[in-house]
Amino acid sequence: MKLAALTTVLMGAALALIFFWVPTDPDQGFSQRIFYFHVPIALTSYACFGWGAWKALRVLWKRDEAADMQSYVAIHQGVVFGALTLLTGSIWAKISWGVWWAWSDDQLVLFLVLFLFYCAYFMLRFSVDPGVPRASMSAVYALFGVVLVPVSFLAIRLSHSLVHPTVFTSHGPQMAHSQFLTFCVAWAAMLCLFATLYGVELAGKRIDSHLRELRELLT
Amino acid sequence: MKLSYVGDVTALARKDLLLELRAKETLPSMLVFVIATLTVFHFALPRGTGHVAALGLLWVALVFTALLGLTRAFVAEREQGLFDALVLAPCDRSAIWLGKAISVFAFLAVAEVVALPAFAIFFQGLGGRTILAVLLADVGIATVGTLLGAMAVAGRARELLLPLLFLPLAVPIVVGGVGGYLWFLALYDAIFTVLSWATFEYVVAET
Repeated sequence: MKLAALTTVLMGAALALIFFWVPTDPDQGFSQRIFYFHVPIALTSYACFGWGAWKALRVLWKRDEAADMQSYVAIHQGVVFGALTLLTGSIWAKISWGVWWAWSDDQLVLFLVLFLFYCAYFMLRFSVDPGVPRASMSAVYALFGVVLVPVSFLAIRLSHSLVHPTVFTSHGPQMAHSQFLTFCVAWAAMLCLFATLYGVELAGKRIDSHLRELRELLT
Repeated sequence: MKLSYVGDVTALARKDLLLELRAKETLPSMLVFVIATLTVFHFALPRGTGHVAALGLLWVALVFTALLGLTRAFVAEREQGLFDALVLAPCDRSAIWLGKAISVFAFLAVAEVVALPAFAIFFQGLGGRTILAVLLADVGIATVGTLLGAMAVAGRARELLLPLLFLPLAVPIVVGGVGGYLWFLALYDAIFTVLSWATFEYVVAET
């Protein structure tokens, strides 16, 4: 509950900062404000996948049975945030580059690969019957995910040098203080949102399984 | 101890190769498939396309052919209930993975012995770099694919599942292959071989 309240406060503060306080970008104008949504969502999604992999490691290492559901819920949230990243990225690309999709943007392509990878995670999970084998299998696949992130990032960078040789430069000018502050608040808000949703979904799943056990006891 | 591990792996790989030699189930379909794919690609490519485009298609053909072999890799084990026996056998479980990966690698190599010359004849010549890249990629495909194949046969969807699991992981291989980045392919092989080797025992855990 406290977490939900904190999320509400931070989200409100972030929205206020984004729309009323941070100065409009001289280059891209108003549309640059989507940056304060897009990047925090993307980073949160990485955090979700990382958390899911950490829980997956606990499944394999400590034989922690509760960690299986936690890993699943974290990855589920990660995919939701990932879908939002693709969506906001696409909108930003349309406004600032005039196209819905740009293969030249490393992060966007990396996200697509990861998104496909984690969609397959669900297919795997739902095609195997619940139990220890499913838990370990999902955990192994989740661990492959975090290893795939740096490997595909490198691969996508390499594929650029094949087609566009100039992408290895850094990303434009540094942020101003006001922009950085807004960005941090927005990111903290997103992380809190993830933590809240994670708690809610996990509680829901737990109630579900309790209910199922009770039903089985009754019949 | 060490010697018995090598012995287990060779015995398992030999079993797969012998089965294939006698039944001739997987390899002929892989060979026909790869040639058929190259033929389709000839018509898909506009006339006078460059070297990189044709090379890209070669990699697509190789990855799909590998998928065809990988979907078959664990079918016998599942259908005949061999998995339980293998898991019960007094050998390290990763030996099951290594034996299967070696046999998959062998199938791939045989398929490519036909596919690469066919590509050279149909499209354009091949450099030594590409052949080396194909060999390195085969290692990655065989190791990762074997692990994912073992996962896929455990599910209800089976053949449907493997491409979904495998293709996102194959993206770096295709990038490394088309670009001819041998060091990158070697890095991929090293990372994913170690990871697959370490995690396989959890995939075939008692069912």
